[in-house]
Amino acid sequence: MAYLDAASTEPLHPAAREALLAALDVGWADPARLYGSARRARLLLDQARAEIAEVLGARPDELSFTTSGTQAVHLGVLGALQGRRRAGRHLVVSAVEHSSVLHAAGVHEGAGGSVQTIGVAITGRVDLPAFAEAVAAEGVAAAALQTANHEVGTLQPVAEAAEACRAAGVPLVVDAAQSAGRLPIPPGWSVLTASAHKWGGPAGVGVLAVRKGTRWRSPYPEDERELRRVPGYENVPAVVAAAAALRARAAESAAENARLSALVDRIRAEVPRRVPDVEVIGDPVDRLPHLVTFSCLYVDGEVLLTELDKAGFAVSSGSSCTASTLRPSHVLEAMGVLTHGNVRVSLPRGIPEDDVERFLTVLPDIVRRVRQRLGVQ
Amino acid sequence: MIWRKKSPEPPAEAPAPVIPPAALTIDALGRKCPIPIIMLAERVGEVPVGAVISVLADDPAAFTDVPAWCRLKSHQHVESYELPQGGWAIHVRRQY
Repeated sequence: MAYLDAASTEPLHPAAREALLAALDVGWADPARLYGSARRARLLLDQARAEIAEVLGARPDELSFTTSGTQAVHLGVLGALQGRRRAGRHLVVSAVEHSSVLHAAGVHEGAGGSVQTIGVAITGRVDLPAFAEAVAAEGVAAAALQTANHEVGTLQPVAEAAEACRAAGVPLVVDAAQSAGRLPIPPGWSVLTASAHKWGGPAGVGVLAVRKGTRWRSPYPEDERELRRVPGYENVPAVVAAAAALRARAAESAAENARLSALVDRIRAEVPRRVPDVEVIGDPVDRLPHLVTFSCLYVDGEVLLTELDKAGFAVSSGSSCTASTLRPSHVLEAMGVLTHGNVRVSLPRGIPEDDVERFLTVLPDIVRRVRQRLGVQ
Repeated sequence: MIWRKKSPEPPAEAPAPVIPPAALTIDALGRKCPIPIIMLAERVGEVPVGAVISVLADDPAAFTDVPAWCRLKSHQHVESYELPQGGWAIHVRRQY
């Protein structure tokens, strides 16, 4: 099986597996207690915090661990809004944010707040002048922008958006789930969120960083854990493993990014050459190194995914025709590109070049057969 | 609050919008993507160049996919009109 769905989850990094097994033995005690085994757990937790903070460009005391990237986003968005209640109730987001951002925005709306959605170009890049204008308006409590889009890989102009937010005195919540551990975090964020399993750490570890001086207030009941930002008992072994994976990824990223990016360029060039009526979407240059998405006309995305699975390829799709969701992907819709026949290929670390070549070899015939079944000549 | 592209709602007082006539109407109501696009691609050759085809569809994907098809195949998306019973009449001009 060729695994081409790293954007859903990256396989556990060997460094993380090793660290996890070691930390299960020595880092199990309650890091909030004062005896020896507890102090050891505290030490491991704080060391992991310092290491992750350094890679992400944060201070250790700015960084808390959550139980997922989604929880980090919910806390990040709602906490930033809560902290700025007196300044206003208006939230500005891009139209292509992850559903966790949009669902937090929905909660804010339900509580009487307002939400403004900024459109994107056909590449998926947010309309920066419109974003800057929106955050400069009266009564804006917070804004949110992803570092890179999870469905099409396009990088967002986060540094520029952050500058506009800074000028307006508005905190910017940056969802870095898709880029953390792969690319440097752009400067200027007020709240930063990420997810360890996307960079090769274990599941169940998210990161929430709140920049010093940012007004942030937890929307949850009070709890002493994680600098009072996240409730509940810390998973120290998993956090230690997450730090080991991030450290390893950061060390490897220059070489591996270049290799994966060249493979993505090859997919971007070869798919439209080999398969008729295909559009490769997302920005060809300002993009994540490992992710490419294309849409095939006249193809049911779910059938295509099933056929690719049978042929031994694990890929993902944002198509409306997939699974239970009856609505097309809000990302593809906002971009104004085909919402059906969509395939997202995201390359995990260390993927053999041969897996990509085999994918390019089998794809044309699979698409042809799916089209034939729908009566397309 | 997943963001969705919506057609502007007509003012309450205004009469129902008049949908201009088309040379060919393709009824894809109740059909899921990508069927409406396949029906359009099959029949676009039936009208003369410059004529308008009206695709009736109520799968929300069609609202994005028919204009995207026009862009990819170099035809012209004229306008999408909301239908009183739900869905749209999506007008496409054959360009070649």
